[in-house]
Amino acid sequence: MGGFGFDVAHMLAGLLVLASLTMLYQDRLVALINVLAAHALILSASVAWQAHLQGAPDLYVTAAIAFGFKAVFIPWALRRIVRELGVHREIETVVGIGPTMLAGIGLVALSLEVMLPVTAAADPVARQDIALALSVVLIGLLIMVTRRNAVSQVVGFLSIDNGISLAATGARGMPLVVEISVAFSVLVAFIVIGIFLFRIRERFDTVDLGALDEFSGERQ
Amino acid sequence: MLPLVLAGTAVLLASGLAGLRRAAPDAARRIVYGSSLGLCAALALAGLAALGAPPTVLRLPLFVPWVGAWFRLDPLAGFFLFVVNLGGAGASLYGLGYGRHEPTPERVLAFYPAFLAAMNLVLLAADAFGFLFAWELMSVTSWALVVAHHHEPGNRRAGFLYLLMATLSGLALLLAFGLLAGPAGDYGFAAMRAARPAGGAAALALLLALAGTGAKAGLMPLHAWLPEAHPAAPSHVSALMSGVMTKVAVYAFIRIVFDLLGGPPWWAAVVVLALGGATAVLGVLQALLQRDLKRLLAYSTVENIGIVFIGLGLAMAFRADGDPIGAALALTAALFHVFNHAVFKSLLFYGAGAVQAATGSRDMDALGGLIHRMRLTSFAVLVGCGAISALPPLNGFVSEWLTFQAILLHPDLPQWGFKVMLPADGALLALAAALAAACFVKAYGITFLGRPRSQAAATAMEVDGFSRATMAGFAALCLLGGIFPGVMIDALAPVAHALLGTRLPAQLALPWVTVVPVAAARSSYNGLLIFLFIATATSLTVLAIHRFASHAVRRSPAWDCGFPDPSPATQYTADSFAQPIRRVFAASLFRAREVVTMPPPGDTGPATIEKTFCDPFWDWGYAPVAGWIDRAATTLNVLQFLTIRRYLSFVFLALVTLLLAVALWG
Repeated sequence: MGGFGFDVAHMLAGLLVLASLTMLYQDRLVALINVLAAHALILSASVAWQAHLQGAPDLYVTAAIAFGFKAVFIPWALRRIVRELGVHREIETVVGIGPTMLAGIGLVALSLEVMLPVTAAADPVARQDIALALSVVLIGLLIMVTRRNAVSQVVGFLSIDNGISLAATGARGMPLVVEISVAFSVLVAFIVIGIFLFRIRERFDTVDLGALDEFSGERQ
Repeated sequence: MLPLVLAGTAVLLASGLAGLRRAAPDAARRIVYGSSLGLCAALALAGLAALGAPPTVLRLPLFVPWVGAWFRLDPLAGFFLFVVNLGGAGASLYGLGYGRHEPTPERVLAFYPAFLAAMNLVLLAADAFGFLFAWELMSVTSWALVVAHHHEPGNRRAGFLYLLMATLSGLALLLAFGLLAGPAGDYGFAAMRAARPAGGAAALALLLALAGTGAKAGLMPLHAWLPEAHPAAPSHVSALMSGVMTKVAVYAFIRIVFDLLGGPPWWAAVVVLALGGATAVLGVLQALLQRDLKRLLAYSTVENIGIVFIGLGLAMAFRADGDPIGAALALTAALFHVFNHAVFKSLLFYGAGAVQAATGSRDMDALGGLIHRMRLTSFAVLVGCGAISALPPLNGFVSEWLTFQAILLHPDLPQWGFKVMLPADGALLALAAALAAACFVKAYGITFLGRPRSQAAATAMEVDGFSRATMAGFAALCLLGGIFPGVMIDALAPVAHALLGTRLPAQLALPWVTVVPVAAARSSYNGLLIFLFIATATSLTVLAIHRFASHAVRRSPAWDCGFPDPSPATQYTADSFAQPIRRVFAASLFRAREVVTMPPPGDTGPATIEKTFCDPFWDWGYAPVAGWIDRAATTLNVLQFLTIRRYLSFVFLALVTLLLAVALWG
């Protein structure tokens, strides 16, 4: 495969990291969900390009699943949840945006530093994909750690899943069955979390996780 | 033959299912113990056959799919197979009768055959994975048997302590195997044998193996669980745990140190010798202080494990010093003692079980006079006591004599450690043997002689036929082992040859079953001659007494110091018999104290004597460690009540830290 294929794959993976970084400083829930939709869109484009590069038609199915579930359905459902809960105006970050962004950049550098020497023998496309996928996963964790709102934690969780998908499709020969089951488990997780959000809201009148801590059992 | 042995073990493992039939406990008992008896007898014969045969190896597609499970039957495994299944067959025969007294048979029957099978599997396994699996299975099933009577006070604590120490032992062995496997990561014993690690890794693996097997065998200072857990189980299981399971641990030590490790450094032998000597003396001293018959026997097991480890340490020392004959002599002595202890300790636990079944008590101060009520039991236990006290012509004497021969063979090894340790161990061994004799004079005298100290002891009935047959059989084994030691020494020759490359001279070729371990100029022993002499002298004496004195005997009230019908409480008690030794040895070691409180004049209250002693291992070893763990756990308890975000942050930070470590040092 020529240099062009590699460049495009690299660019798409880089865009995914960029989208992750963008998520870090969104201070409105609706905007955050929009970025998540863009995130999944870039992922499906990247997967489709991998399908083209590797000549693996089943990856097109994966790309379609990523597009259908992650870029269209889940963002739509999340938007509905936000509207139903009436939290579309609020967001609160725990740490300031500046330090968070710096930490995110540091994480990207760290994952490149870790992954590139380890995978020196691997296929260059897979190599870049895995390194960037690790940074997407780490930034997703950072989102979950720095946010207080339950909906934005869900968003962080979904972006972690996108990063894992990127790494998995970058490596050759991942069976379609695995991808489908992962997609479904994410969907199930999403449904469960969604139901929980409503139950939490019903019970405590907020989806702020700080409020939940006051009710955690057996506190001494 | 190995496939047959494995099949027998598998059937043994499965036959525990029959014990789950609660509806018909009698039938279940007969099925379980009957099948265990048959299978153990067959496996013991297979072990004997394997002693002379070349090693056989078998791979079964079990456990990890692409590795499989390796099994190997060689002379060492064959000898221990014989010992384990001899004990297993005895316990099963005994259990056929003794199991009738069991209040909750399904708690015992379900685990009993699995325990036997697990011990067999440990001996047969030839890769670390299968070995550890069988080892842990052995621990778990024996734990289940220890807590079978979990309603009795103390038993659950004993079970918990046992489980903790078993975990520790498993962990140490896991790490030892990890070191032995080396960087290639092949956990088959064949690969480990070929790899022969050297230097620090080998030394560390040896110490870990010593800790792991010592914790199971009852080597000090890791013995504290043993006198708690062994007596808690039903008596025939106690016999198995004390007489047999500790031998499986000895097997594991020999397998790792003599077979897998190759040549360990000489100072390792000093460590083993020191631990063995301390274990022998301190174990029997603590045994002397006990009043509970089964606890006394359990502490005596600690002592005998010490003797075995002295033998093994000597073998390591001679091997490091390049003297294969001495090493073969010491190893043979240790293995002989393994067999002997399995026989007489099983016998003594059967006797303790019979006493408990007949009187309902294990407290020696509630017993006494049983020799009139339980004739066969008391005779068999007398033979066992003689054997464990190393009296000729019984078997215990021969193995301890062989150990002494090994010590006397080379009192002048060049290394300074041996210069100190060998004479010290000789003295400790002699002291332990003398104290063991005192200990069993006490155990036998207080339990079986004198007058009954309780109503239950006065009305005790002899136990059932199965139990009596087992005890008689094992007593006969004690005698046969002592009269014909050459048979056992010759049987052990292939083991020594496989491990050390040399063997003792054949003994059976010598006239009149004399035993000459090294050279006639040094020493020889003839058990048959001593037995014939003792038997003849005794018969002649008895004959003479009956001939000249029996007709002159008349029965009349004993001279009773002016007190008619004194209470049985005026006899020696277990504590009063041990008092001199307690004052001499235990006053400083175990801080044994006696406080006599006399009521003031005019007060009609009784005078009291209170005896206290403490276990230094417990107070200075176990209790502080337990305290540290408790404090650490309390400190870490805070972690249980954090917010979700905190937990996520911990995961995140741990991940980033590890990645940083990889980036910096990778």
